[in-house]
Amino acid sequence: MAQNKQPETAEELKKMEEMNQIELIIGQVLRIGVLISAAVILVGVLLIVFTGQTGYSAKVYPTTVNAIASGIVALKPFAIVMLGLFLLILTPVLRVVVSIYAFAKERDHLYVWITTFVLVILLIGMWIGYLGK
Amino acid sequence: MINTLLLLIIVGLAAGIFGAIFGIGGGMIVTPVLTLLMGLDIKYAIGASIISVIATSSGATVAYLKDDMLNLRVAMFLEIATTIGAIAGAILTGVLPSAVLYVLFGALLLFSAWNMYRKMRAGKEKTEAIQPDSLSTKLKLNGSYYDNAVDKKIDYQVSNVPGGFTMMLGAGLASGLLGIGSGAFKVIAMDTIMKMPLKPSSATSNLMMGVTAAASATVYFFNGSIKPEIAAPLALGILVGALLGSKIMKHLRARVLRMIFIPVLFYIGLQMFLKGFGVTI
Repeated sequence: MAQNKQPETAEELKKMEEMNQIELIIGQVLRIGVLISAAVILVGVLLIVFTGQTGYSAKVYPTTVNAIASGIVALKPFAIVMLGLFLLILTPVLRVVVSIYAFAKERDHLYVWITTFVLVILLIGMWIGYLGK
Repeated sequence: MINTLLLLIIVGLAAGIFGAIFGIGGGMIVTPVLTLLMGLDIKYAIGASIISVIATSSGATVAYLKDDMLNLRVAMFLEIATTIGAIAGAILTGVLPSAVLYVLFGALLLFSAWNMYRKMRAGKEKTEAIQPDSLSTKLKLNGSYYDNAVDKKIDYQVSNVPGGFTMMLGAGLASGLLGIGSGAFKVIAMDTIMKMPLKPSSATSNLMMGVTAAASATVYFFNGSIKPEIAAPLALGILVGALLGSKIMKHLRARVLRMIFIPVLFYIGLQMFLKGFGVTI
């Protein structure tokens, strides 16, 4: 978030420090989210490299929640890769969710609403995607 | 298979570095490489491309957040436009001929390349006073960032919010339709229309691309357009490349950025324009 004013009172300084703290926490949450998705993808890719198999017949890969879930239970490499890719798709959504929290902490009600609206649009998009298959 | 995986990781690394530096999603690099060089069906190229867009954005925003170059309010406000546009685009896929969008897009990118070239020739870097409109003040969009290259904090004003918002609807629409980040489009909206400096424009565009792409990525994911053996190595390469790219970017001056950005914009614009007429270069 833009820090566009200098702190004038002790109270403002404290608030700015608090915001910096929140931004650091958000950065950490996002980094963990990205790292987890990357790690899951990497595990899947390494399994393909070392076993030489994808867990499915040629040109087949799981695309439904059920197929991916049962593939993961069976430790099929492509199912693990697809889980990682889906987690990666969710990282921008996580970004929006933690931003709502940050704006709420800042008591910026206008932006809590704006960001919540963006989240609702994203959820509608997922719903449409789910219907569209 | 292993050779292809390695090759795709390298393509991803390059796309991630360039994507982070220029604020483009990497999809504009990935799609031509996959279709022209590797002969992949455009449908799967688009699927891999949308993953590339998210990987570029997620990899880079982690780094940008610490730099305070990102303008989160601008990003969130304009994402209302890009996500609505992306969903409309995803619904419209298959209805509108993409050739029309290619031509329109190509023309706009060519215009922007020319516009940036003109600005650079004028020889000054953002010293003009910007009149913030009442909307940008009401929405608290004006911000500041710390520029490492000149070693000082730069305050900036944002103007023409309705123009930028409209441009973002189009950017979202194109993103949903073609599976691209349309980051160049977003940078145009902020840099050219809303008069934001290039560095915060690029950083903000990176965040917005990920959120916009997420709106349409689930459609591609569930309809089987995302091939794991293509998208996975690209995503890994891009995540690393994007982090490297954002570190390189901090040490570049805006003029150098523009000098690299202009031919890239021009080339992609020409490519997209000609593709609309079925000509591939």
